[in-house]
Amino acid sequence: MSEWWTYRPSDFLLFAPRTYYRLFELYNAEVWPVHIVALLAGLTILVMMRSRAPWRGRLIAALLAACWLWVAWAFHWQRYATINWAASYFAVGFAIEALLLFWIGVVRDRLRFDSNRGAIARVGIAMFVFALMIQPLVGLLFGRGWLQLEFFGVTPDPTVVATLGLLLAANRIHWIALPIPLLWCLLDGVTLWLMNAADAFVLPGVALLVLLFTVRPSAARR
Amino acid sequence: MNGKIRQASRLASASRRTLLLSLATQAASSFLIPMSASAQAEPVLTRPIPSSGEALPVIGLGSWITFNVGNDRVARDNCAEVMRNFFSAGGRVIDSSPMYGSSQEVIGYGLGKLSQAGLQTSVFAADKVWISSAARGRDQIEMSRQHWNLRRRFDLLQVHNLLTWQEHLPMLLAMKAAGQVGYVGITTSEGRRHREFEQIMESQPLDFVQVTYNVLDREVEQRIFPLARERRIGVIVNRPFREGALIRSLVRHPMPVWAAEIDCSNWAQLLLKFIVSHPAVTCAIPATSSVAHVRENMGAAYGRLPDESMRRRLIAYVEKL
Repeated sequence: MSEWWTYRPSDFLLFAPRTYYRLFELYNAEVWPVHIVALLAGLTILVMMRSRAPWRGRLIAALLAACWLWVAWAFHWQRYATINWAASYFAVGFAIEALLLFWIGVVRDRLRFDSNRGAIARVGIAMFVFALMIQPLVGLLFGRGWLQLEFFGVTPDPTVVATLGLLLAANRIHWIALPIPLLWCLLDGVTLWLMNAADAFVLPGVALLVLLFTVRPSAARR
Repeated sequence: MNGKIRQASRLASASRRTLLLSLATQAASSFLIPMSASAQAEPVLTRPIPSSGEALPVIGLGSWITFNVGNDRVARDNCAEVMRNFFSAGGRVIDSSPMYGSSQEVIGYGLGKLSQAGLQTSVFAADKVWISSAARGRDQIEMSRQHWNLRRRFDLLQVHNLLTWQEHLPMLLAMKAAGQVGYVGITTSEGRRHREFEQIMESQPLDFVQVTYNVLDREVEQRIFPLARERRIGVIVNRPFREGALIRSLVRHPMPVWAAEIDCSNWAQLLLKFIVSHPAVTCAIPATSSVAHVRENMGAAYGRLPDESMRRRLIAYVEKL
């Protein structure tokens, strides 16, 4: 496959920005009211992060894994793949991440959150809240219409940011769950940059933030 | 020029039923004369395919990015409308690739819609094989044919960006020998792998090459165009507007006053006429999802072409801007 080096990132931008944003518009209209279910799932996760219930880690992981699985199937596989053949691989990646979260949190019950959290954990929770409440509105600032907005549990970007926030807020770093969301941040940033989108920096910025905090010694997390 | 196209469209509508009756008897749809073209007061400019002499209109239709609209029904209908205007103005060559997302399916949707509307098209179906596995090349071509909604063979199959060309090209040449494809070619874009491209042109019995060429990207004039003429290979030109960037940068500036001397009323026509006036070029394939733009583009398939002196003046003019 020596030919692949001859391609540039722009060669893989197969669609016009108009087509990309219209994809979100049609998707949002078709899956409504899944958005409400996803919002409730996000709020449940937020509440559970402060709960003392022994099964909270399992519930959080199950809800988050369900979100990743939904995005893999409903967004990547069924919609995005119609304009980007690489999206079928994205779907597989998101499904793998769902399995990883399920394995870590539900099967092994390793997703735990101390009540006495450090600064990094608070940053993680802030990222989760940002993904759930603010990130959907960011699109409006950059010229997207209401119908083209992205939501946690429904579209990739807020789901990825929320997951990274949650992983940052957890007691220990689950390295195995980080590569796929971080890779998505890079892919998303490149895609939006190639489309000259003003919000292309958002996900790469989040990824850098997460990398900055996770590479620090674990003592710094307390 | 757009007025001429509109006039041709009206003429075409009036004589559509009569023409359909006579055209329906011609089984080989790839050789049908476009209705509008036959009704044009002025004939569409054509160039012969060097290997066969078959005439092709000098302006075709690309589908990179513009036709990749997925399952968006509104956008698909818009693409079908682009195709309808393209055919009505005498266009024939439509080019796509498995790499272009849903573009092939959208072309198939458009052809099906136009056919249902009773519009007999004379599409020259040009597609590509783009897969690293040599063994799966034929399957991909068959899948592409189904996406296009074609009930016949492709007119032209090309090895996309030389991907696995050592295996795909012999396969395509065997398909041509068996009558399963009309013409065979190779493609590249934006100056990619030109040295290897030239070597293939020198050693293989190609009907077509597809390269990037426009008023600013003229590297192919040095070796590839002379080689194409020498080897009697047709040339299809992609990225005539640098994916629209060239037009966007030029529309801010006035067109040269002599543009009217070659029947150009806008920058798109001037840039396209620059391309198709090169003697090595068979046709250019600008891509668009805009009905207004396809009409503008097809205007370049009519009227006078620039001579060598005008071509030089245009290069100097654009490079100065």
